[in-house]
Amino acid sequence: MYKLRATILKDVRVLSRDKIGLIFMFVMPVLLVLIVTSMQSSTFELANKNKVPLLLCNKDTGAASRRFIRAIDTLGLFMVKEIPAGQGEAAIRDRLHNKEALLAVVLPADFSAQITVRTKSLADKVLKSFGLGDSLSAGGGKPGSVPLTLYYHPVLQESFRRSAEGAIYSALQLVESKQLLKTLYFSINEKELPDTLENELLSNRTTISEIVVSMDGSRGAPNVSQHNVPAWTIFAMFFVVVSLGSGIVREKLNGSSIRLKTLPTNYFVAILSKQITYLGVTMAQALLIFAIGVWIFPVMGLPRLNLPGDWVSFVLVSLLCGCCAVSYAICVGVFAETAEQANGFGALSIVILAAIGGLMVPDFIMTGGFRAAMKFSPLHWCLDAYYGLFLEGGKLKDVWSNVLSLILIIAGLQGIALWGLRRKNLI
Amino acid sequence: MSPAMQMGDAPAMRIDDLSFGYPGQSGLFSHFNLEVGAGQRFGLFGPNGAGKTTLMNLMTGLVAADTGKIRLFGQDMQRHNRSVHLLFGFVPQDLSFYQELSPVENLAFFGAWSGMTGPVIRRRTGELLDILGLADVRDKKVQHFSGGMKRRVNLAIGVIHQPPLLFLDEPTVGVDVQTRHAIIRYLRQLNESGTTLIYTSHQLGEAEDLCDKVALIDQGRIIVHDDLDTLLSNHRQEGLEGLFLELTGKNYRNL
Repeated sequence: MYKLRATILKDVRVLSRDKIGLIFMFVMPVLLVLIVTSMQSSTFELANKNKVPLLLCNKDTGAASRRFIRAIDTLGLFMVKEIPAGQGEAAIRDRLHNKEALLAVVLPADFSAQITVRTKSLADKVLKSFGLGDSLSAGGGKPGSVPLTLYYHPVLQESFRRSAEGAIYSALQLVESKQLLKTLYFSINEKELPDTLENELLSNRTTISEIVVSMDGSRGAPNVSQHNVPAWTIFAMFFVVVSLGSGIVREKLNGSSIRLKTLPTNYFVAILSKQITYLGVTMAQALLIFAIGVWIFPVMGLPRLNLPGDWVSFVLVSLLCGCCAVSYAICVGVFAETAEQANGFGALSIVILAAIGGLMVPDFIMTGGFRAAMKFSPLHWCLDAYYGLFLEGGKLKDVWSNVLSLILIIAGLQGIALWGLRRKNLI
Repeated sequence: MSPAMQMGDAPAMRIDDLSFGYPGQSGLFSHFNLEVGAGQRFGLFGPNGAGKTTLMNLMTGLVAADTGKIRLFGQDMQRHNRSVHLLFGFVPQDLSFYQELSPVENLAFFGAWSGMTGPVIRRRTGELLDILGLADVRDKKVQHFSGGMKRRVNLAIGVIHQPPLLFLDEPTVGVDVQTRHAIIRYLRQLNESGTTLIYTSHQLGEAEDLCDKVALIDQGRIIVHDDLDTLLSNHRQEGLEGLFLELTGKNYRNL
């Protein structure tokens, strides 16, 4: 026990003097979690709380275009800025390039006429199908789709563009539906559709209830902090490879490990000491980053991190994630021949494993090949276990399969390290 | 009672019928025998590639012999035999310690690994740092030390547990004359108090000052093994360097 204590003390002293390693393990992950969460939070606010500026060039003078503009306004998604009808495509492009708005819609001069033609044609078909004969005349023009042009700035992500397009289509649909309804009503009753009936027919009274499917049934909707903090905590834990991996290599290169072999103590004591010391480091990292999520995020205007309710599972999963990170770092240290190899390969491999493990890109948007590769990343299993607790409100019985997976991965990594130590004649 | 006397009459180190070869190479040692008596200052010399380092690794248990036996004070040298590892200290050619730590911190760690506990380590650390002139820098990081100071730390770690047998692999390489003299003087003091020294170096002048018995090996075989004075007298040489060149030749060894 005295030997182990002395070895832990030595490892802590060596670690405390490794300033670059400490920066990699503590400062970098804290900055990452702050920056990424702030960025994602502001993107979320942009898309959900702020209205998106939209330029609207109305070359039409009819009623349908005015109804369309009102419908767009009613959606609440866009801040509509009308520009003079005389402005051409070049002017619209310039305005978008100048970031006056990210989207622009041009309504053609025959917009209302086209809507009228289209709705009369549709009403005609409806009346015919009711056996009411051809009581309407389409009144010139062939019915088709209403030509509407949407310009967008290239910085706009496809997912957001699709949302904007969907919103514009729904506004267009509303205009067409109103017109169709009015036309049909007039054809049958030979009088205008009353406003009250119009509102009753067209207003959507079906509500959507949003329910977060949590395991404990008591949690609110997860926020960006719930997603980001566990992910970047795992990333930080695995970055102990920079300090621990290169530390093991330095011991091999300067002959310390050889000298230790001549002493009456098993080299396992050295490995055990490193596991304990760096497990302590990973727990300190987790404490620091979770504390920032709970106390610093709200001060910065970011959503507060809600810690899992089941503390036993939370501590167990954290310990297993730390163990997994330390085991991986020891593996890298045992097999690397130089400190540069340990640092370079160690850091790069963590970034790659984090990317394929779903820490940087959500796993649900990954394609088939990447989804298969994800299973080979230890970081994925750590993240899965944390998400079971942070996002789904799971208890130990809900995350036991993740816990078991992590134990198997740790055993595998330790086995590989042991084999490497034997192969290199260190034990 | 001196450490050597505690071990009885057994030789400090004895190799019987040892054979060893690295994988994929022809055997370096074949039926090799050597004995170093307790209390000797034994020098092991030879050109590059003669097998000195391999023999040192075999004697300290860093590599295992294919066949044959190595005994330290009558005990079999085996990797996991703790009691035999307590019998010797090793001062490797590399500065094998933690440069980020101070001499005190290094000695505390290596002392614990040598089977000592807190109070004994602290007492012994104080003694060694005084003897080796490191007391003033006891709490400073070793990485800022000169080459000579680092060599003294390397030596202190090897003797912290007062082993009855000390293996030294080029203990003075790269140091100034003053440090070399101080180290040799300390090694002589250790020997006078009963510690057996098994030493290898290319500093033949220094070896003459230190060793009372020498062996020259080449290609895994012992060429000569006797008292230094007897060897010099028999070969009509005034120093080890002349004897070395006479017995191993003047050609380069590209190994």
